[in-house]
Amino acid sequence: MTRRQRRLALIGVSGLVLLAAVGLVLSAMRDSIVFFVSPSELAAHHPAPGTRLRIGGLVKPGSLARSGDLQVRFAVTDGTHDIAVQYRGALPDLFREGQGVVAEGRFEADGRFVADTVLAKHDERYMPREVVEALKKAGRWQEGEAK
Amino acid sequence: MIPELGHYALVLALALALVQSIAPCVGAHRRDGALMQLAASTAVMQFGFVTISFAALTACYVTSDFSVATVFENSNSQMPLIYKLTSVWGNHEGSMLLWVLILSLFGALVAVFGGNLPPTLKANVLAVQSWLAAAFYLFILFTSNPFLRLPHPPFEGRDLNPILQDPGLAVHPPLLYLGYVGFSIAFSFAIAALIDGRIDAAWARWVRPWTLAAWMFLTLGIAMGSYWAYYTLGWGGFWFWDPVENASLMPWLAGTALLHSAAVMEKRNALKIWTVLLAILTFSLSLIGTFLVRSGVLTSVHAFANDPLRGVFILAILVAFIGGGLALFAWRAPLLRRGGLFAPISREGALILNNLLLTTSCLTVLVGTLYPLALEVATGAKISVGPPFFNLTFVPLFLLLMSAVPFGPLLAWKRGDLAGVTQRLTAAFALAILGAAATLAVQGAAAGLTSLGLGLALFVMTGAVVDVVERTGLFRLSPGAALSRARGLPRAAWGTAFAHVGLALTLIGIVAVESWADERIVALKPSQSVALSGYDVTFDGVTARNGPNYRERVATFTVRKGGVAVGVMTPSKRSFRAREMTTSQTALMTLGLSQLYLALGDVEGDGAVVVRLYHKPLVLLIWIGAAVMALGGALSLSDRRLRVGAPRPALRSAIAAE
Repeated sequence: MTRRQRRLALIGVSGLVLLAAVGLVLSAMRDSIVFFVSPSELAAHHPAPGTRLRIGGLVKPGSLARSGDLQVRFAVTDGTHDIAVQYRGALPDLFREGQGVVAEGRFEADGRFVADTVLAKHDERYMPREVVEALKKAGRWQEGEAK
Repeated sequence: MIPELGHYALVLALALALVQSIAPCVGAHRRDGALMQLAASTAVMQFGFVTISFAALTACYVTSDFSVATVFENSNSQMPLIYKLTSVWGNHEGSMLLWVLILSLFGALVAVFGGNLPPTLKANVLAVQSWLAAAFYLFILFTSNPFLRLPHPPFEGRDLNPILQDPGLAVHPPLLYLGYVGFSIAFSFAIAALIDGRIDAAWARWVRPWTLAAWMFLTLGIAMGSYWAYYTLGWGGFWFWDPVENASLMPWLAGTALLHSAAVMEKRNALKIWTVLLAILTFSLSLIGTFLVRSGVLTSVHAFANDPLRGVFILAILVAFIGGGLALFAWRAPLLRRGGLFAPISREGALILNNLLLTTSCLTVLVGTLYPLALEVATGAKISVGPPFFNLTFVPLFLLLMSAVPFGPLLAWKRGDLAGVTQRLTAAFALAILGAAATLAVQGAAAGLTSLGLGLALFVMTGAVVDVVERTGLFRLSPGAALSRARGLPRAAWGTAFAHVGLALTLIGIVAVESWADERIVALKPSQSVALSGYDVTFDGVTARNGPNYRERVATFTVRKGGVAVGVMTPSKRSFRAREMTTSQTALMTLGLSQLYLALGDVEGDGAVVVRLYHKPLVLLIWIGAAVMALGGALSLSDRRLRVGAPRPALRSAIAAE
């Protein structure tokens, strides 16, 4: 093989690997990214059942209800609209009414939002960034409330 | 007085760094020995002053001097001493000081151990290292001064974030930074070589030990971080594809590629230009990681825009060093002479494939990490890119890489014999297929991925063993002869074998946990029990206890197997007084290489507790594998040939003649 042929072989293989990677990335982008929405955005545009979503806002005070078998229900609010969320399992340590929360899951065909992951803030100063944005949009956020 | 002393020491370090940034370069240009010599002394003095600065900050934490803002924000007089010490770097300002401490340490090490380096190369390396140091000293002094005083000192501090009050904080950040920052040496060597316009195999021999050391620390740092997240977060996960984790994975992938390409350069004088580029890219990824974690851009793109000073400063450093480095590369790389020739099927070819797959998989991680930020800036849409994305992109590429690993060490340099190597790997193939088939037979067709993963891991592991067996002539020669050949085998060959076995062990651990882990989430009342993976776990009750700066409710569980008590697990909930914050302490029970994992959820009204119970089979292999990889690195590092500043005698005379 000449140097030129070797270089062509190298470029060919590199091109193939890169092409494969680009293909993988593009297909993964289509199927596996999750959009974040606020309750108000949901009220304006309701997604198809089965779409994976993250909903963020505050846990509406007085909405938390537990029933047997670890079932939890609560409402996520941005002050303008509420979304009822169902979840089965243990809630994070810093999950509290009136505090920021992000719930990830799907809308069922009957309109309920069933979460499989519930994230609360990491400490008393930190608010999930999506929640802050959602609250700002709804005009319920004062600068300096949290860092 | 002490904070001001620390502050002043840092200013002096900056002054020295500015001198060291310019003088040695001028010296190297004019071949002025005295100016070049200057760099060695300033590098050591810089390290001395940064050490004084760091010691001063540590003293503020130990004595709980709350007149210093960062101490007030992150410490508390009631904390145990170990956490007072670790709080030093448990926050932005202190962690940046740790960053420059390690940066100046590496600079000093080059100055002290670089006696055999050609003087112009050494001068340039130390100058580049000093550009970096100066940029970060300025960053600390102007945007993140850890010694800032409060006008009215409070009596008590706000405490360290309870999640960080863990021995993990003592080990993880220093190891990680030793890795991150260690790659700066490879970067400085690359830039110095480009300035010199000359590069040879000896260059690779000087760069490799530094890269190896950095890679070793980064491997351990990532593993430590993964184990810490595993036992702290309460969800039993060992890797979350969080941007902060990705920030450390990317330099690791590029650094691994760099180790391999530097080997080609050292042995065969080939891949020179690529190796220099990779050295620049690896440290660039370290800088990007620092930017992602330290600028606040991950917490919120908008928070970044609201408090732009820090972010913009790091971004400027990023652009200057990455952009400058790449521009210098584009300008000077064509001057570097081409190296040795080789056929596509050869050790060199295999290592190119290794580099190709490592850098491509690194690229997918970079895309997955930056895409959400780019999309939010461009369109305002907020997305999260989580495990599904990386499972579909990074994982297939990495599995492809694993399937090629055993071929590399067995192929000859220059021109390899693929058929011959395949034949020598017959045993490895057979074992891999046997393992995969056995998994399928026991688990059914649904376990396709499990059997693929296990098969690959067995292939890599046996491949590494076959390599050592071939080299020592075990089974072919008498045991005595094989033993003496094993003794004579270069440490670097053992290092390769260990690192590859470690990789396989980690893969086995990941596959086992992903496929066979079991979990139960239940509410238990006292004396009720739950069964999982053959173990019965009984809830005995809750007791209260007082810690130094928290109150704790400890739940006691007895674990039995077949009616026989195996041990007791005591997960707890801690309420920290200063921040009015609760954390959960998980309980782990190690059973061989597997673990039972118990985390407390809410305590319900009727005295019942919610628990998450996991059985994680072979989970310890994930981190043991990483430790074995690092051990491989250490073995390689101890190779005579690679010992810092020990070039071959023949080369030494060549250098002396310069």
